[in-house]
Amino acid sequence: MAKIPVQFTLNGAEKAEFFDSGTTLLNALRDKIGDTSPKGGCHQGTCGACSVIIDGELRLSCLTLAETCNGAAITTTSGLSQGGVLHPLQRAFLDAFATQCGFCTPGMIMAAKVLLDHTPDPSRDDVVEALSGNICRCTGYEPIIQAVLTAARSNSQNAA
Amino acid sequence: MAIRRGRGVAAINYPTGMNLGGDPTQALVHSTPTGNFMVTLSSVDLGQGMKQIMAQICAETIGVPTDRVVVDTADTDTGPHCMGTFASRGTHRAGNAVIQAAREARQVMLEVAAEELEVNASDLDTDGQGNILVKGAPQRSISIFDVALSAHFKRGRSISGRGMFLIPRSYPDKETGAMKPSTCYAHACTVAEVEVDDETGEVTVLTVKNVFEIGRALNPKMVEQQLVGGSWMGISHALYETTEPYYPDRDHGGTDFNQYLMPGPGDLAQTEIIVLERPSADGPFGAKGPGEMCANPQIPAVANAVFDAVGVRIDTLPITPERILRALKAQASN
Ligand code: FES
Ligand code: FES
Repeated sequence: MAKIPVQFTLNGAEKAEFFDSGTTLLNALRDKIGDTSPKGGCHQGTCGACSVIIDGELRLSCLTLAETCNGAAITTTSGLSQGGVLHPLQRAFLDAFATQCGFCTPGMIMAAKVLLDHTPDPSRDDVVEALSGNICRCTGYEPIIQAVLTAARSNSQNAA
Repeated sequence: MAIRRGRGVAAINYPTGMNLGGDPTQALVHSTPTGNFMVTLSSVDLGQGMKQIMAQICAETIGVPTDRVVVDTADTDTGPHCMGTFASRGTHRAGNAVIQAAREARQVMLEVAAEELEVNASDLDTDGQGNILVKGAPQRSISIFDVALSAHFKRGRSISGRGMFLIPRSYPDKETGAMKPSTCYAHACTVAEVEVDDETGEVTVLTVKNVFEIGRALNPKMVEQQLVGGSWMGISHALYETTEPYYPDRDHGGTDFNQYLMPGPGDLAQTEIIVLERPSADGPFGAKGPGEMCANPQIPAVANAVFDAVGVRIDTLPITPERILRALKAQASN
């Protein structure tokens, strides 16, 4: 099968890779590039655990072909901390005990980040809507909702 | 046709561990040359917080800060034996094993310190901050760091301990059938309020109020997080989740998240959690297993609330709109 050259940035770093045609971005990131923060919960677009940000949009990496990402800017949860300091969303998830097994956490954080990027001061309903494509087995969601609301508040305080 | 409200209550008790061929967990504890302590286990942390709890238990027993303890749950091929993480047994079984191992390690640590300070080991105590002091004369002290160095480089001792916790297999009494299949019961009670649409059969859980009696909460925030998640899971079991939603047979069961349903962040009942701490006699620092039991009482409470709302007893899970409508139809034709 033909290998397809693909260039993109991952968390700001330039990548140039050859992928087999049909490789999902999820498998490309995890198996080829070694960024295991996106998780494969279903590989069919129903759990949200594989969520990444592509050119500012929330996308399911299990339903995105790597070959379509030429020239894209991709962000994953492993790229959020800066110089060892956690991103406010990561901090808020820790402080709110919003993660147990952690399998849903990177996807939740990606979904929350896109929400806060577009809607810095979200209502609870906005948060629920933004997380509605992400499944969590462990937490009962409420701690996650609270973490996102807390991160939004701390962001707006920092901005003020 | 109307939306009808109902309220249901249910109480449960829930055992810790299982009566298989005996229920053992073993643990090893040893110090590094710098006086940090390793706990080696085969018990698995799958998100419930086993590593944190075992570090707390080991630290409390040896008398060091929790951050001086590293827990390795590495590998069932090489670690001390554990039956596994199931049946809410992790904290109870592994915790008891860790206490035993940590006590033995603490004893060696105090013996080495006694040689260094030229006193009896029984005259020594820890300050919880990483030092060992002479009781009644705390100005005579030695750091655990120095004790570990001495053990490793001077005295040729291993500051280590072995822990073994076993609940032996229980067989039924031939005459009476009586047996002890499990230990250390946790308890819970839930009151659920629901709305049932008697036209569509749809159930909305408005509130769940839970009380859990879980022995001592060794880490209250982690206990709370598990209980909140468990309460949600109980509702999910009551109303949605099943691997066999379609008849006539298994082949028609759900195979993915489109068919295996769970409530999402938009479907949350207002949830209240109250924790009662009644330390158990045989648990590590009084703990019981809060893991699985926290997802149980919501199920009968919701079933009872549905009965209170529309007068039908659903005795098959999950309580789907279809089951409610069929029961209502049968009720009407009686
Ligand atoms: S793995 Fe992509 S949505 Fe589940
Ligand atoms: S923390 Fe386990 S799936 Fe969300």
